[in-house]
Amino acid sequence: MRADRTTYATGDAYVSTGMIDSRAPAEAHRTPAAPGEPLLTVEDLRVQFTRGGRRINAVNGLSYEMVPGKLMAIIGESGSGKSVSSRALMGLLPGTATITGSIRFDGRELIGLDEKELRKLRGGDIAMVFQDPARSLNPTMKIGAQISEAVRAHADLDKKGVQARAVELLRLVRLPAPERRFHEYPHQLSGGMRQRVMIAIALAGEPRLLIADEATTALDVTTQAQIMELLVELRERLGMAVIMISHDLGLAASYAEDVVVMYAGRAVEHAPVRTLFSNVRMPYTRALLGAIPALEREPHSMLPVTPGQPPDMSALPQGCPFRPRCPNATDKCLEHPPFLEHEPDHWYACWHPAGTELDTAPEVTAAVAPATAAEAAHHSTAHDQGAAQ
Amino acid sequence: MTAPQQQPQGRPVPPKTTLLRARNLVQEFPVRGAGGVKGGVVHAVSNVSFDVYAGETLGVVGETGSGKSTLARSVIQAPRPRSGEVEFQGTDLMKLRRRDLKQARRQMQMVYQDPFGSLNPRWRISELVEEPLVGYGEGNASTRKRRVDELLDLVGLDPSQYARRRPHEISGGQCQRVAIARAIALDPALVICDEAVSSLDVLIQAQVLNLFEKLRRDLNLSYLFIAHDLALVKQVSDRVAVMYLGQLAEIGPAEGIYRQPLHPYTSALLDSIPRIDPATGRANKPVSLPGEPPSPVDPPSGCRFRTRCPRAQLKCAEEEPQLVELLPGHQAACHFPLTVPESELPPRPAGATQAAPDASVAVG
Repeated sequence: MRADRTTYATGDAYVSTGMIDSRAPAEAHRTPAAPGEPLLTVEDLRVQFTRGGRRINAVNGLSYEMVPGKLMAIIGESGSGKSVSSRALMGLLPGTATITGSIRFDGRELIGLDEKELRKLRGGDIAMVFQDPARSLNPTMKIGAQISEAVRAHADLDKKGVQARAVELLRLVRLPAPERRFHEYPHQLSGGMRQRVMIAIALAGEPRLLIADEATTALDVTTQAQIMELLVELRERLGMAVIMISHDLGLAASYAEDVVVMYAGRAVEHAPVRTLFSNVRMPYTRALLGAIPALEREPHSMLPVTPGQPPDMSALPQGCPFRPRCPNATDKCLEHPPFLEHEPDHWYACWHPAGTELDTAPEVTAAVAPATAAEAAHHSTAHDQGAAQ
Repeated sequence: MTAPQQQPQGRPVPPKTTLLRARNLVQEFPVRGAGGVKGGVVHAVSNVSFDVYAGETLGVVGETGSGKSTLARSVIQAPRPRSGEVEFQGTDLMKLRRRDLKQARRQMQMVYQDPFGSLNPRWRISELVEEPLVGYGEGNASTRKRRVDELLDLVGLDPSQYARRRPHEISGGQCQRVAIARAIALDPALVICDEAVSSLDVLIQAQVLNLFEKLRRDLNLSYLFIAHDLALVKQVSDRVAVMYLGQLAEIGPAEGIYRQPLHPYTSALLDSIPRIDPATGRANKPVSLPGEPPSPVDPPSGCRFRTRCPRAQLKCAEEEPQLVELLPGHQAACHFPLTVPESELPPRPAGATQAAPDASVAVG
């Protein structure tokens, strides 16, 4: 995330006294959302692109709410619209995108804001960390210069003040030896350290919402745990809300409080993490859970198979988008299932939710039982087999 | 390294024939600093020995820079390793000349991570699958076409629907099926899968993993299955080798590695995997491993894991641990393996073996 270079007032006194301290006065003239009031409300968000004469519906009526300080995960496969929807939130989509619906952040409508307003918001109240820290950093600039740039964009400090604040941010993200790293280039840092730098840059504007878009996907699993722990700790210390966008259900289950599962540009299930994983309703979520290779499984066991491919976003199937792959699908599913709060705090869009009397799934084989070879790679048409548990 | 004869559960194991035997493999690459002046050496693979038995899947797991891909390339001699022995079906590949090596390679094929990157975008699927047959002068045009249809069927792609398409007209998972069809076209004995399902979404990944499993059973294939995801590797493997910074930390039966890891690194790797208990739906919170992997240009003395190891002692810095068989068929390279309880470890000299976490900077 490159903040725009702003001139800094050289005469200004050094005011930064620490992340926590400097935050307090800033907080005072903000109007924090009242407790219980959502910080972010997304309503019927739709994003369309036109490419080669075809209309691609990347997001198709996404709705969710988020209260301040929450750690929410948005889960989905490639092309499910999880990244596009969060970029819409940041105003980062190209001009070719048509965005409709409503995104309210702290009571303020973000869709239709002009570039100047958006720029103030981006990196300020809402910040984002991306997947590839190597490509998000400028390889020709020292770490210190890049983070100072972000600090200057959000605070009026003199040169010494900017540097002090930058080092302090690097310390906040637990980058070892921050004073030394300040004078190093991105290639001298490991992937995990670069991601720490990216988080430090994101924190420069004291965001109230941090969006981590697959922020640990490019990292090794041991480093991933470090970065996730850092995000959880920072969220508590700074009281910011975090949206983690991920394809990894296990990661979401380990760190998030709330999980939104997306499929074909819509939310299909949304619940607190415990509720969701102990009481999966949406057959799609159940399929995802079943398909993860788990350490508990016997070697060489067959995984439950969901046939077919995610839908073509320019020609979505009629009704429920998961219908062609769903073991529960009936004719009823040709009608679009509404996304409703069917149980307290548990939202889903399904006519035949798993684990209810409406569950029409054929008797499923235990997920760990080895399947016959014939059950394996059948593709796109098989409906009778591979029901996921 | 002796051949493991018994799996831990005491399951009877038929006598095994060794398909691939690698001994003391070393691969190093020179690196140059700014201006191409300063030289260093990346110790990508250091003294690695292992066997792959016929019909068996050996999983290799490791983090970025652990040398797992270099290991695979050393096996197929592309490029040739710096030193060591690679014996495949009784032939020493290190001594083969080019033409003989080509013949040996028809028995070992690779599937790579990026399905689009490994297929020529201008070729039709049928041409892509036919290419290895043409390259080795197999049959004539009509027998090859029959074989292509048969192969596409095997990997679950309807030939009438897919043969005429080009890679951009099919999905990533289907591309990977095409890559697999190419790999099995010549009836190889060994297929080396280098992160072959890592770029696929989980539902498609499950389809492709099951395809690997089906082909293993139907064609009696052996796999060298390389991935960074331990759970995934365990799912497909009979035995698992854990690599750290160019060396084998541990090798043993898949179940044994998971139920009773011997090397502290394997244990840390297991702990850092975010996972959901399939029975309760509860998540096991990952435990992070502190520190950064050291640079393979300048690996730590003694045990390469000691800078991050919670059990490291002075001995670990002074002496390089060798792979030792601690359980049947289960070896680990550790002076203080997890079979030794914490209480029996010698008292730690404070700070003696822990390098400052910052002393390690990864390259690239």
